[in-house]
Amino acid sequence: MNANYHRRRIVNVLAQGGMVACTVAVLVPLVLIFSYLLLKGFGSLNLAFFTHLPKPVGEPGGGMANAIVGTIILIALASVVGLPIGVATGVYLAEYGHGRLGWIVRFSADVLNGVPSIVIGIYAYTLLVLPMKGFSAYAGGCALAVIMLPIVARTTEEMLKLVPNSLREGALALGVPAWRTTLLVVIRTARAGIITGIMLAVARIAGETAPLLFTAFGSQFWHQGLSQPIASLPVQIYTYAISPFDDWHRQAWAGALVLLTLIFLTSLSVRLLTRGRVHTAR
Amino acid sequence: MANKLEVRHLDAWFGSTQALKDVSMSIQDGAVTAMIGPSGCGKSTLIRCLNRMHEVVPGAHASGEVLLDGDNIYAPGVDPVQVRAKVGMVFQKPNPFPTMSIFDNVIAGLRLNGARRPRAELEAIVERSLRQAALWEEVKDFLQASGVSLSGGQQQRLCIARTIAVQPEVILMDEPCSALDPIATTKIEELIHELKGQYTILIVTHSMQQAARVSDYTAFMYLGRLVEFGSTDKVFTTPAEKETEDYITGRFG
Amino acid sequence: MDRREEAPLANGVRSESAELKWPVTSVSAPRIQKRLNLGDWMFRNLAALFALLLVCVLGSIVLVLLLESWGSIRTFGWGFLIGSKWDPVFKEFGALPFIYGTLVSSFLALLQAVPLSIGTALFLSELAPNWVRAPVSFLVELLATIPSVIYGLWGIFVLIPWARTYVGPALSTTLGFLPFFQGPNYGVSMLTASMILAVMVVPYVTSVTFEVIQAVPTAQREAALALGATKWEMLRMAVLPYGRTGIIGAVILGLGRAIGETMAVTMVIGNRADISTSLFAPGATMASVIANEFAEATYDLYVQALVEVGLVLLIITVFVNALARLLVWTVAGPQTNMRGV
Repeated sequence: MNANYHRRRIVNVLAQGGMVACTVAVLVPLVLIFSYLLLKGFGSLNLAFFTHLPKPVGEPGGGMANAIVGTIILIALASVVGLPIGVATGVYLAEYGHGRLGWIVRFSADVLNGVPSIVIGIYAYTLLVLPMKGFSAYAGGCALAVIMLPIVARTTEEMLKLVPNSLREGALALGVPAWRTTLLVVIRTARAGIITGIMLAVARIAGETAPLLFTAFGSQFWHQGLSQPIASLPVQIYTYAISPFDDWHRQAWAGALVLLTLIFLTSLSVRLLTRGRVHTAR
Repeated sequence: MANKLEVRHLDAWFGSTQALKDVSMSIQDGAVTAMIGPSGCGKSTLIRCLNRMHEVVPGAHASGEVLLDGDNIYAPGVDPVQVRAKVGMVFQKPNPFPTMSIFDNVIAGLRLNGARRPRAELEAIVERSLRQAALWEEVKDFLQASGVSLSGGQQQRLCIARTIAVQPEVILMDEPCSALDPIATTKIEELIHELKGQYTILIVTHSMQQAARVSDYTAFMYLGRLVEFGSTDKVFTTPAEKETEDYITGRFG
Repeated sequence: MDRREEAPLANGVRSESAELKWPVTSVSAPRIQKRLNLGDWMFRNLAALFALLLVCVLGSIVLVLLLESWGSIRTFGWGFLIGSKWDPVFKEFGALPFIYGTLVSSFLALLQAVPLSIGTALFLSELAPNWVRAPVSFLVELLATIPSVIYGLWGIFVLIPWARTYVGPALSTTLGFLPFFQGPNYGVSMLTASMILAVMVVPYVTSVTFEVIQAVPTAQREAALALGATKWEMLRMAVLPYGRTGIIGAVILGLGRAIGETMAVTMVIGNRADISTSLFAPGATMASVIANEFAEATYDLYVQALVEVGLVLLIITVFVNALARLLVWTVAGPQTNMRGV
């Protein structure tokens, strides 16, 4: 049996080595992507990039100022609609969502989360672009709000559920009505967690391109008002990347670097802020 | 009879908490030895050290010597895998593999150790193991049924069959009956009577009556130390230590 | 099981009054009771209204897609799903090339992603010491936060040249006898799309597989180890079979993700509405054709056909995701953190 035993030991070591190899292989693209972004994009990051408008096609120089501002505007629009509904849904699910309706809402949120963002783009197109007879920041914001909704709802629910019952009971025992307890005590306690959930949702929609392609559409100029098309960072990156111009490629890398850095920083801060608060696997 | 197992100055820790303190004892070949003592006294930890399962828990480690037929299983370079093929274990809660049939459960250990065996040989081993575990008559007609389709007591006997199929020299039992009803418990105790002689058995139990019924030798442990060890008759009728006497007479537990 | 009843207090002690039912009614005088109940009633129902809004949004998405594509549905009927000609010029719309493209690219992506994901999940769960597990799992999750367009950007300028120069020729020489690896390879291809999809899908499959593996009871692992199994044998004998339903669920979840991916695929797949056996040939997926052509759809039937493609995409995605969820729940329980999927 000795030969068999040695074979088993070798297989064991090989298998474990394989697991390590898989992990390395999985992390390689992460390293590669960020390195390439740094390599190709960093050199193009200058003041002009952040402050200038794009130059006409073929002319070198210019920047992505309108795209950066556009993304901020779209996020703001999305939040105006998405945050109240999302947080309120999360509150409902956490405090009152133990019954049939709660199950339906939770299920809908999960389904909504899985809807491809391009489909949500079609939805916003039909709802806003068609009646308004044109692309607009409103339509883009609407699409992003729909994407944001389930994320904010579920993370809010999770964070509220972490608030211990004794806190609620303590407030109730003092005679505070249930609704004020939820508002002033529970939500306030879970405030930091809810904010991190919102940060995650914002990081997610900041990078969304597909739903904006035919809602906010894109532009080479400053926004002319919210019912007009508006530039955004991810759409600009896309437009430049598929163009035949080297200068635009260069700027695409730079824009991608900016976008990814912001997203990574957000993810990192969320991770650091939620350490110890959130239930982690054993 | 020779000493099958010799424990020499065994210490065991969970992280920085010491669970076993300087335990030394000798286990007779072919005998049944019971380990008794109040909760947390270290009896489970002790037997888990005997097949090097203790160190599976993260942060757990042990020092000292445990000699199996004269060879120290804690010697550097010894592979726990080989130790566990010789020292089998039955756990408190029956844990047959749910995705395997009864047949496959019994030969699960064999599949690891041996080269391909012909089907007929495997069937013979399954029958022999199940007979020894007093389960054959009850399951022989549906060996392909899932391992978890049996009752608790049957599952435990299946686990015993699985353990003895690999023909270990020692069988460790960690409170094997505590999750079972009295009738199933009786069946397992009868089983232990059948198996002793052929195997060396150590059984952890929190029932003194079970220890008295089943074992030849008894070890009483308290707070990580081996307080008393001797033949079951002597320990239960004329214990040498006061702590033993207090425990047996129910002054604490 | 109500999750709140399990939430520990700050110092780890479980709340003792888990039996408190919700909502609580006051035992004071009727006049005060009425006022309290009004505030509670309004708050609760306001929250419920917003929650209902979310449900309505979901419902309206389906409705809107259905209504907008009605013209196309009526014109082409079931033939839309099996028609292989997508010709906006001649007003012929058959979605088969895109359904084919979506399924092939997704399955190929899974073929590459699943072994890597399971290996990584096993590493994180079984091999990695605590100080390695936390940062590495964070890094794997970071992969999921990279926007699709950035994957696409990298795909165009890094992956496509690499696939064209190294991977393509390597596959041609070794497996060129298979029809999959014949024909010219310009880089933009089904193969490249599947590769980038694989990278994007890995973090989802990995994190759910990790949860599933963690949920396997210690008793099962110890049973295998006590029989004399090596670590790998224990995983193969006790852990992976036990969790196989959940792992399949994780894989199907990855499928659901891959099916809906748009930008990265659009940027590397070549966008040609063709069905081709060669993986080196360009193709298109349901998501990519919408991204490419929607803004330029000049007449009603064109838009309706594209919306119908979107409807098909929606139905397939929802179905696949629901199936995945169900499978994961059977092993690891309904409270499993599916990591924002």
